[in-house]
Amino acid sequence: MSEPLLTIEHLEAAYGDARALHGLDFSLNAGETLALIGANGAGKSTLLKSICGLVSNKSGRVLFKGKDIAGLPANEIVKQGIALVPEGRRLFPSLSVEENLILGGKVKRPGHWSLDTIYSLFPILKEKRHAPSTSLSGGQQQMVAIGRALMSNPDLLLLDELSLGLAPIIIKDIYELLPKITGNGVTAILVEQDVTRALHSASHFICLQEGHISLSGDPKVHTRDAITRAYFGT
Amino acid sequence: MDWVNAIIQGILIGGLYALFAAGLSLIFGVMRLVNIAHGDLIVATAYLAWVIIKATGVHPLVSLIFVLPIAAFIGYWLQIGIFNRVLGKDILPPLLVSFGLSVIIQNGLLATFTVDSHKLNAGVFETSSFEILPGISMGYFPLLMFFTAIAVIIALQYMFYHTSLGRAFRATSDDTEVALLMGLDNRKVYAWAMAICLAVVALAGVFLAIRSNFDPFMGPGRLIFGFEAVIIGGLGNLWGTLIGGVILGVAQGLGAELDPGWQVLAGHLAFLLVLAIRPRGLFPRIAG
Ligand SMILES: Nc1ncnc2c1ncn2[C@@H]1O[C@H](COP(=O)(O)OP(=O)(O)OP(=O)(O)O)[C@@H](O)[C@H]1O
Ligand SMILES: [Mg+2]
Repeated sequence: MSEPLLTIEHLEAAYGDARALHGLDFSLNAGETLALIGANGAGKSTLLKSICGLVSNKSGRVLFKGKDIAGLPANEIVKQGIALVPEGRRLFPSLSVEENLILGGKVKRPGHWSLDTIYSLFPILKEKRHAPSTSLSGGQQQMVAIGRALMSNPDLLLLDELSLGLAPIIIKDIYELLPKITGNGVTAILVEQDVTRALHSASHFICLQEGHISLSGDPKVHTRDAITRAYFGT
Repeated sequence: MDWVNAIIQGILIGGLYALFAAGLSLIFGVMRLVNIAHGDLIVATAYLAWVIIKATGVHPLVSLIFVLPIAAFIGYWLQIGIFNRVLGKDILPPLLVSFGLSVIIQNGLLATFTVDSHKLNAGVFETSSFEILPGISMGYFPLLMFFTAIAVIIALQYMFYHTSLGRAFRATSDDTEVALLMGLDNRKVYAWAMAICLAVVALAGVFLAIRSNFDPFMGPGRLIFGFEAVIIGGLGNLWGTLIGGVILGVAQGLGAELDPGWQVLAGHLAFLLVLAIRPRGLFPRIAG
């Protein structure tokens, strides 16, 4: 019996006085991919930011590999093996493509991912490696954001809205590469507006609604109807 | 010939102004901090050199071996101990704190060293010069200042764009939150920036003190020259600080040539003129 990689207990988070998460409980086993769905403002990004340390105004416990990391700052949490691909990609505009990737590997955790393996996953990035990150197309920027997160060889990868602002064909390409990423034993939490796509890529899902978990479980067990109701809160 | 001379001396003194400005520019670029105490820190390092020279008897330029690392060390802990506590979304608290620091440094220097002015004595080197053309001579010391400024800017530029420390500076300046996600502790990144800034400040302080008398209240004037050089050159551009310094120096030199009382005024006028024509400076932030 192995314990879960990540266990969230009574997690609450707030921005100032505005509470965004109201006591979440769930856990995630190593190797699983969890889809996190929910309407705009449901708290998906807040949950990911709470896990990786960007939201510090929170209570409850975040157990990662058995250790409570809720009190650690973001720059320490990444060393424990959690990486975030932030919503909107947020590449460093003053850095070239390769510098963005190198910085992602700054924590020097050992593992599969290096500049070489990232370049073989996304060959176009090798061609553009000296280009400023802002000169790339949206899809290429998303590849850099994913690569930058992978460079720290995380055990848990948090992906926030990979498809945001991208053309459908490019979204399809990126999602086809996803198994290659999670296939390396990486556990992932996937936030996505496109519910069908998210559920398709995941073994479990959690639906958030106004900071509460409104439904969770195996996507195949719940009817589409039940999921839609949980999503919109009707 | 006097005019040509004034221009040449102005260009050379521009190197000193660039040294005043480079640290300001670096700090603003990395952490958006406008450090009002910058000029007072320059003067404080001049006193530091004076104390070390008094104790050991070394040449002012040799004293840099001690002054530079001590200043960098002070810069690091100044950032950790004071500025990091007030840096945030609001730029007003750090501005006020640096203003307070400025007052504290001035009064601290006054209490310790009295209002008497001092000077660092670099011997014959200070005044020796050679003729480049009949009637036009160049001092070795102003030349040294000028080329030191160029070397400092080349070094800073290299550090900023080609080292992992520079990468950390740029990333933290771009997006502090995401930089944290990369494992960069922004407080330490800022502390290193301030350490480097204070090393440049110390260089400027020692040159200033060799060139002229200094007293506890000289800081704000040097701050203004530094600011003007930064703004003329364009915010966020290190080479711009040199160009800004040179323009300021030449304007002051020409002003003094017209009437000795107009030296500083002519510099301010040149600054205002550039601002009126190009509000963002001559060469606003460009990469590489
Ligand atoms: N930086 C912030 N400051 C204040 N309130 C915030 C901040 N970020 C998010 N919120 C609020 O917290 C709540 C949850 O936001 P969050 O960004 O987590 O939602 P989300 O599910 O990721 O939405 P989206 O699908 O639009 O990305 C919302 O009510 C939002 O307005
Ligand atoms: Mg979001």
